[in-house]
Amino acid sequence: MGSHVWRPLYIAAALIAVVLVARTFLVPEDFGIHERGYMYGWHRKGNEAEWKAVTVKYRTAAYCRECHADKAESISRTPHGIISCENCHGPALNHPDDPPTLTIDRSRALCLRCHAALTTPSSGRAKIAGINPETHNPEAECTLCHDPHNPISSQGEALAKRHEEGGMQGASERGSEAYPSVR
Amino acid sequence: MNRRDFLKNSITVIAGLAVPLSALELISPRTLLARKEDGSAVRWAFLVDTQACVGCGFCVKACKTENEIPYEAGITRTWVERYVVTGKGKSCVDSPQGGREGFTSDRIDQGEEGHRELARDDVEKAFFVPKLCNHCESPACVQVCPVGATYQTPDGVVLVDRKHCIGCAYCIMACPYGVRSFHPVHKTAEKCTFCYHRITKGMKTACVDACPFGTRKIGNLRNPDDPVTKTIMSGRVGVLKEEYGTKPQVYYLALSREVK
Amino acid sequence: MVHGEAWTIKELFVYPNEYIYWTIQIVMYPFMTGLVAGAFVLSSLYHVFGIRQMKDIARFSLVFSFALLPVAMVPLQLHLQHPERGIEVMLTPHFTSAIAAFGIAFSTYGMIVASELWFVYRRHFVETALSLKVKRNKNLPERGRYLLFSALTLGAWDVSEHALAKDEKAVKVMAATGIPVACLLHGYAGFIFGSVKANALWTTPLMPFIFICSAVVSGIALCVLCYIVTMEIRKLIVGWKRKNDPSLPTPEQIKTVEMYEVTMTAKYLVMALLAALGLELLDLLFRDYAKFRSWEIVRSLIYGKDFVNVFVIQYGLGNLVPLILFLLPRLTVRRAIVATLLVLMGVFMMRWNLVIGGQGFSASFAGFMHYDLPIIPRDIETFKEGLPGAILVGILPFVIFWGLNKIFPVFKGEDSH
Repeated sequence: MGSHVWRPLYIAAALIAVVLVARTFLVPEDFGIHERGYMYGWHRKGNEAEWKAVTVKYRTAAYCRECHADKAESISRTPHGIISCENCHGPALNHPDDPPTLTIDRSRALCLRCHAALTTPSSGRAKIAGINPETHNPEAECTLCHDPHNPISSQGEALAKRHEEGGMQGASERGSEAYPSVR
Repeated sequence: MNRRDFLKNSITVIAGLAVPLSALELISPRTLLARKEDGSAVRWAFLVDTQACVGCGFCVKACKTENEIPYEAGITRTWVERYVVTGKGKSCVDSPQGGREGFTSDRIDQGEEGHRELARDDVEKAFFVPKLCNHCESPACVQVCPVGATYQTPDGVVLVDRKHCIGCAYCIMACPYGVRSFHPVHKTAEKCTFCYHRITKGMKTACVDACPFGTRKIGNLRNPDDPVTKTIMSGRVGVLKEEYGTKPQVYYLALSREVK
Repeated sequence: MVHGEAWTIKELFVYPNEYIYWTIQIVMYPFMTGLVAGAFVLSSLYHVFGIRQMKDIARFSLVFSFALLPVAMVPLQLHLQHPERGIEVMLTPHFTSAIAAFGIAFSTYGMIVASELWFVYRRHFVETALSLKVKRNKNLPERGRYLLFSALTLGAWDVSEHALAKDEKAVKVMAATGIPVACLLHGYAGFIFGSVKANALWTTPLMPFIFICSAVVSGIALCVLCYIVTMEIRKLIVGWKRKNDPSLPTPEQIKTVEMYEVTMTAKYLVMALLAALGLELLDLLFRDYAKFRSWEIVRSLIYGKDFVNVFVIQYGLGNLVPLILFLLPRLTVRRAIVATLLVLMGVFMMRWNLVIGGQGFSASFAGFMHYDLPIIPRDIETFKEGLPGAILVGILPFVIFWGLNKIFPVFKGEDSH
């Protein structure tokens, strides 16, 4: 007799026990304190492998070179050689198996990423030939006149000259040298 | 107490005092990062050369594709900011859609305020700054995760367990750099992983590979011969928001004081 | 659409990933926990310090605190992106996080309130169960009630003088331990915000104390308000029923609002209000004086964009006006209602200005974000994190209180306490 005041405590203890039991069933086995300690390393170890297993989409120019050595070699000698093939051709994934063909981005917007003239005097952008997209043949695709695989071909030089005469910004200041091999 | 005991006791006391003192000693990044006692031979770090960036946004685009972030979603793991500073010292910043389409106009995006265009002659300097997760040595975002869904790997990369994250957004609140967000599909905390699936295979991150100008570089701080490590150790590098004590591990060359 | 995009308006430069991630539900969360803690502290004033004038209001606020308790958790569940994983806070707690201890602090506190209630109402349980037991030919609801009350006794059927004395002592102990736990629970909610170093508006060590004081303010205000309103409603109902059955007591005969209880309680409210106001102003003064790097943007927010919200609605209408109303001599029922309503609004606005205001500027300190409160929901997200979700959370405690009142009758005459 007289112990009834402890009854709520029994219920509390039972609840705690339930949580502790549930814990053993619900928490993954590899969950725990790992290398970086409790503060930064309290996690499910298996998740690291899950992140490592994400599919690689961009296979880099080295992968392209395995089959397209000739193309890769010729482009590497032009100023555009610094651009990864996949920036315009799209991620290779398992090309040529999957996908068999890549979708090439020939849009004006793609070229403008670097070649729209901006007022950025203290950045690398200032060293790149730039045009005003609103006045520089706004209706035309860039590839109509320019060869992205060989931007300073004879055709390109002629263009540069024309630009110079037309007072085109960027190109006009630096002529054909305006295509610097940036690093 | 004889002399021998006295000496013994004195040495014990001095040794006891010396331990906490050595713990208080300031550890330079060099010693901290060269430390290999935790067993990991790798500690990833990132180097950004702000002078080289042209604002093409190829890195942002590649990151979104590589890491399966819906392209149109209003979040991004990495982004490029543009700073335009006038001669009067006023600076304008923008990063339209994280710069995923590159910067193609001089009009500066001011959100609800509309656009702003500065007169060409007023512009004293203008430059681009790529941003990504700093994979801090003391990541505030990891510290505040209530369930252990975000953590740091032994090689220093901060990851999120998409099967465990409850989506409370506390980590997003705790990050001073604004690199975290919610994935629109998985509804879990989303952040840069340094392309963990690539760097652990000997590749570079997607953004590093997509950058034509060598603005971005990734390296192993525990390898003294790594060119990135060499630059970080011997070059004049800065980090973002050091005052928060998070010890960020993305280093910037030519970091300007306007950078937020 | 990305979470937060639907209601965030960005201005000037804001990092691309920044949105208002913590919305009105996170305003409701500290507001509701504040009410829980405040209501409990109020009830303890009677049980621990034996302030006998507050007997009615004490029992009322204890049951109300229990009704509010589950609701303090609802906003958190509603704002989680994965509510079904919420239990992980209990399963894999990461105690370096201020949120991790929530499950433990919350359940500890819940158990304390539940056991205190049990001790207060045990005699009632036993008597109800016994009266049902002797009744023959019980219909289904009666049988259900019998089973429920038998279970609620937890097998402790002894209602002897001696056993009841033990109950009374236990109530005192639970109420006394409850006060620090209630303060802990709510001070801890303050720490969740105060410890975010990345947020210039939140980060201050004063936050837990500001939270506790304003919690007591809001809890007392709500209890006084509900006490008055329920008493008045009862009077109306009795008056209305008397039209059909004149044998019932007149409204004048039944118990009505005890004005001295209200006046007494208001005294405690004023004290807590002054403490809260003092701490908040100290925090503001310190920020203005110290002028940290973040001060420029914080200042343009609170003195500029949020001026009306902060100084007119929160400090003016929500703190100053009720303070005057309470301090003026000869408090009337009507004035008490107005003042408590204003106080509740003031505390709500304090939470709003903190939670939403804290996200009102970019971590870049170069831009602002505006929370465009969704009023008409377009999808589940804008329902949860908009006005309808908040109203749901606001109504819920009253529904629960109505249900609890059937088990723990608040207005019934005498029992052991």
